[in-house]
Amino acid sequence: MMDRYSLPHKVFLYICVAIFLGFILLPFFEMFMTSLRPLEHLFRSPYQFWSDDFSFRAYAQMWETVPMLPRYIANSMFISLSVTALALLFIIPAAYAYARFDFKGKSISLGIFLAVNMFSGAVLLIPLYKLLRNYGLLNTYFAMIVPGAAFLVPMGIWLLKSYLEKIPRELEEAAFMDGASRLYTLRRVVLPLAVPGLIVVGVAVFLSAYAQQFLFAITFNSVKDYMPLPAGILEFIGYQSVKWNEMMAASIVGILPVLVIFLFLQRYLVAGLTAGAIKE
Amino acid sequence: MTTASGELLPYEGASGGSTKQKQGMLKGLLRSQAFFAWMLIAPAALYLMMIVAWPLVETIRLSFTNANIGGESYIGTANYEKLLSSRKFSQTVSRTFYWMFLSVSFKIIFGLIGATLLNAAIPGRAIFRMLVMPPWIVPIAIGCFGWLWLYNGHFGIISGMLQYVGILDGPFEFLAYKNSAFYSAVITDVWVGLPMVTIFMLAAMQGVPRDLYEAAYVDGASRWYRFRRITIPQILPVIITMSILSIIWTFNSFEIIWILTEGGPRSATTTLIIDTYKMAIANFKFGQGAARAVIVVSLLSVFSLVYLFALHQIKKRFGAV
Repeated sequence: MMDRYSLPHKVFLYICVAIFLGFILLPFFEMFMTSLRPLEHLFRSPYQFWSDDFSFRAYAQMWETVPMLPRYIANSMFISLSVTALALLFIIPAAYAYARFDFKGKSISLGIFLAVNMFSGAVLLIPLYKLLRNYGLLNTYFAMIVPGAAFLVPMGIWLLKSYLEKIPRELEEAAFMDGASRLYTLRRVVLPLAVPGLIVVGVAVFLSAYAQQFLFAITFNSVKDYMPLPAGILEFIGYQSVKWNEMMAASIVGILPVLVIFLFLQRYLVAGLTAGAIKE
Repeated sequence: MTTASGELLPYEGASGGSTKQKQGMLKGLLRSQAFFAWMLIAPAALYLMMIVAWPLVETIRLSFTNANIGGESYIGTANYEKLLSSRKFSQTVSRTFYWMFLSVSFKIIFGLIGATLLNAAIPGRAIFRMLVMPPWIVPIAIGCFGWLWLYNGHFGIISGMLQYVGILDGPFEFLAYKNSAFYSAVITDVWVGLPMVTIFMLAAMQGVPRDLYEAAYVDGASRWYRFRRITIPQILPVIITMSILSIIWTFNSFEIIWILTEGGPRSATTTLIIDTYKMAIANFKFGQGAARAVIVVSLLSVFSLVYLFALHQIKKRFGAV
């Protein structure tokens, strides 16, 4: 009926989808193909679409070229997880307050929180740099975790608030009637019910933290031991030549964890993210 | 909230002696909703005050000094005067706006096209929807390393493909020339931002009531007509929202340009954010960098006000969106 497409129409749609997804996926495809080729084959001009020697050798060699690679990957994970934990610590109580209570200054303060989303860390780097230097936090994990979490708190509050608002209030009221304190109610009644929402918010914060490590890492940290992967990958760019195949292999390894997480949770994530922004 | 709040507020000890009454009031205050709510919000608020609000104020202060790595002293509005009289800076500003205009228009247009495609009832759309996401969730820096390789003149696939079909006669380094570097950066920025815009527009399209389409279909309206007269007006709030958010994000976009070109060649891709970063962090001229940051923040505030105004208008016209 209405949703039926004639055959040429269908073909046209599929061609358009192919072009669209082609653009989106081209870098990943080429990253993967590059990671499979030996370096000499990459440096052939004119460009060759096919190589006669595909192998996973780069995935083995990259650990030797950049011996710190495992450390960088671990750093990336550690920083993102810490950012998530720290951010949630601030997000949960505030989101609960905004979801449940009416008070003076509610919408204004929420607006101010959301206004933080407008800034990127890039404009505040100077004072942040001085702040971190004064407290001796430059070149530590803290330099990447503390500012990193701050910029994700508003988004988290907004997402979690939308979720909490959907939890029926009656349960809390019942707990309250039984003489439970507010904090006890929050901890024992609300949070367990909010677990799915907390997971969505936690994963969204984690993914964002993982995606945005670069700026704070290159600005506030110059110690290799604490470098996260996106900054550490730059080491494949040598003085003489760039080991593109290994760099791409490391990139693939670096994006794999987030892709896997996303694959498992994508339905909830997309629903959670778009609901928070589109409704209300 | 009204009745529920009443029930959630068991004031105790409202009767009794004067000292007891005072205690009761204190208890009431502690238990009152507003106080409890603010206590819950306080940690987040204090944290953001330290990491965002204070640095913002400090940036404004620094912009009136000649702060550098050695020290600082007050120099009035000299930094701003220097900026406003600098031709290079006005070029940077207009370049930034051109960059924003191009990137945001492409994101919105292709986001709309993409969302329409992904909304079409064709087999495989669940997978297509998933395949749109990667640029959104992958670290921006890593995606940009991929693009860096794609744009390589001798060994990259784009130059290779264009040579193969005969558009280019020889290798072309996309990031080495002013114009091509600029447009290459725009394309990468679109690539990073497109998935999110697409997904939000798709979500909005899915929310359009089906009976609208059915009624139009029965009346013999063509697909294009239905798209124009039903889909577009129905998702207009989301189009507006995404446009303004894209403006803000594109304006703030740092990593993409920094990894691809570091603002070069010959400043061809130096946007306000890149200029600020270069001045402050690469050259340690904190004062001059701060003045640029203040200008960036002021422009962002204007965009934000437009955003709030738009949201308000949307709410008024379309009800709860």
